[in-house]
Amino acid sequence: MSDHEYKPSSKVGKWFNDRLPLLSLANHLTDYPTPKNLNYWWTFGGILTFCLITQIITGITLAMHYIADSDLAFASVEHIMRDVNYGWLIRYVHANGASMFFLAVYIHIFRSLYYGSYKSPREVIWIIGMIIYFLMMATAFMGYVLPWGQMSFWGATVITNLFSAIPLVGEGIVAWLWGGFAVDNPTLTRFYALHYLLPFLILGLVVLHIWALHVPGNNNPIGIDIKKPSKDTVPFHPYIVIKDGFALLMFMIVFAFFVFYSPNILGHADNYIEANPMVTPAHIVPEWYLLPFYAILRSVPDKLLGVIAMFASIFVLVILPWLDTSKIRSAVFRPLYKQFYWILIIDVLILGYMGAMPAEGLYLLVARVATAYYFMHFLIILPVLGYKEKTIPIPLSIMEPVLGGSANLSNIKKKESIH
Amino acid sequence: MSDKKPKRREFLFTVSYAVGAVGVGAVVWPLVDQMNPDASVKALASTEVDVSSVQPGNTITVLWRGKPVFIRRRTQDEIAEARSVKLEELPHPEKDEDRAKDPEWLVMLGICTHLGCVPLNDKGDYDGWFCPCHGSHYDTSGRIRKGPAPTNMEIPKYEFVNANTIKIG
Repeated sequence: MSDHEYKPSSKVGKWFNDRLPLLSLANHLTDYPTPKNLNYWWTFGGILTFCLITQIITGITLAMHYIADSDLAFASVEHIMRDVNYGWLIRYVHANGASMFFLAVYIHIFRSLYYGSYKSPREVIWIIGMIIYFLMMATAFMGYVLPWGQMSFWGATVITNLFSAIPLVGEGIVAWLWGGFAVDNPTLTRFYALHYLLPFLILGLVVLHIWALHVPGNNNPIGIDIKKPSKDTVPFHPYIVIKDGFALLMFMIVFAFFVFYSPNILGHADNYIEANPMVTPAHIVPEWYLLPFYAILRSVPDKLLGVIAMFASIFVLVILPWLDTSKIRSAVFRPLYKQFYWILIIDVLILGYMGAMPAEGLYLLVARVATAYYFMHFLIILPVLGYKEKTIPIPLSIMEPVLGGSANLSNIKKKESIH
Repeated sequence: MSDKKPKRREFLFTVSYAVGAVGVGAVVWPLVDQMNPDASVKALASTEVDVSSVQPGNTITVLWRGKPVFIRRRTQDEIAEARSVKLEELPHPEKDEDRAKDPEWLVMLGICTHLGCVPLNDKGDYDGWFCPCHGSHYDTSGRIRKGPAPTNMEIPKYEFVNANTIKIG
């Protein structure tokens, strides 16, 4: 951080800042030069921070009433819903908060895909983000097990059994994960411990994510490198703070709608039946945010290969900065990539839908085609596109098309009004 | 510096690292192993089941080590169907004779070998079991015939204590 020149105005402030430069850090965050053309898709970082803190606060308060014991867990959740003061509110905020968290993280990730924010020099930000995303999935999965309903139990059974696909050591690993011969009380108690731990790991990684972001600074909708500070930037406070705050308010309206008007619409009715190891529900589905991966898992007819495909679908995202060979970041200047981007979005939505449907007949066929296309997008289309695509010339600065009367002006205006 | 001293130093480094690694291992292992099945879980090793009330064509499900076990009293048709299948047609070739010592009784873990769901009775394309989770079909011997499951449903260790009682485990 290059804020060595910062001097606190008060004597006490200077005394403290010389010993622990917290005020320098606060000053860095306030003055932090931000591209002036950031659109509302850039507000989801702040929204995600809000989501994480909401989950941690509601989670800690739920933990004061929840009991992690296979005989008591289900009843303790009902106790929270019926007896604990505002227990229903805290639990509904926590349960829907998970969905809101994933909604925001998917928008954040697809923002990055559209504007090429994962490209050099921001690869490390992207990889840390992917680790956060992976930990979020693990945390959400273990949290879903805690109410000890039918979906909790059978979801836990199916997901932990993924590891049994590993040759030789698979069965041993699964018994180790379970602490027994099936999902049971030892599984519940360890999932609870880890579900409490992982959000704090995520919090630590968020700090690294933001730290890594503040080294090169924000990408922007036209994806060019900008001078900082310059005519192309505005200070984070008050410009971005106000914009993020306004977007957060809009987001909270959606959040509140789910919590107060349809708190169970994203859940599954079977999870209000207590876990029963003798009966599998007729139709097991994971939470909506995991459906595309579930569809990929089921579309491969071989057990081990299905598991490998599922993990590979996340791993291709991790190595994306090296799969995308194009030097141009923003899709605004990549006419072909832009089309493939929207096809990918449709493909992922189709995968999500197929993940919720039974794995048979036409559904299975469509899921297989969509799975193949998903991998084709990252492993074939993106690497080739970087060499073949004829891109639109990029402006030299954010201000140039506006003040310099560039030929790109109308083009950029048109593109930006869409996004 | 002479040649001797760095060598002595290298030796000390190597020994220190080695002792340190053993120490770390000794600390980590209990922390990892505590997650394995504990003594109380292992103690629930066997279950005895009274099967005198099971009619031919019926299946009962009992819990053994937290897992469902299917005990099916098969009809003559089902036995004939299971025994007439050619081994080449099976993804996981096992003779029905090896799976059901007493052909009338099929005792197996009621757990789909794909991802651990409990298959449904009398369902599927092969008159045996069908797993609703990911669509695996099993025949009247509990052998995988179609779908993503890699192997037949597992036969646990069991024995007839007397004519009416099966001891599993």
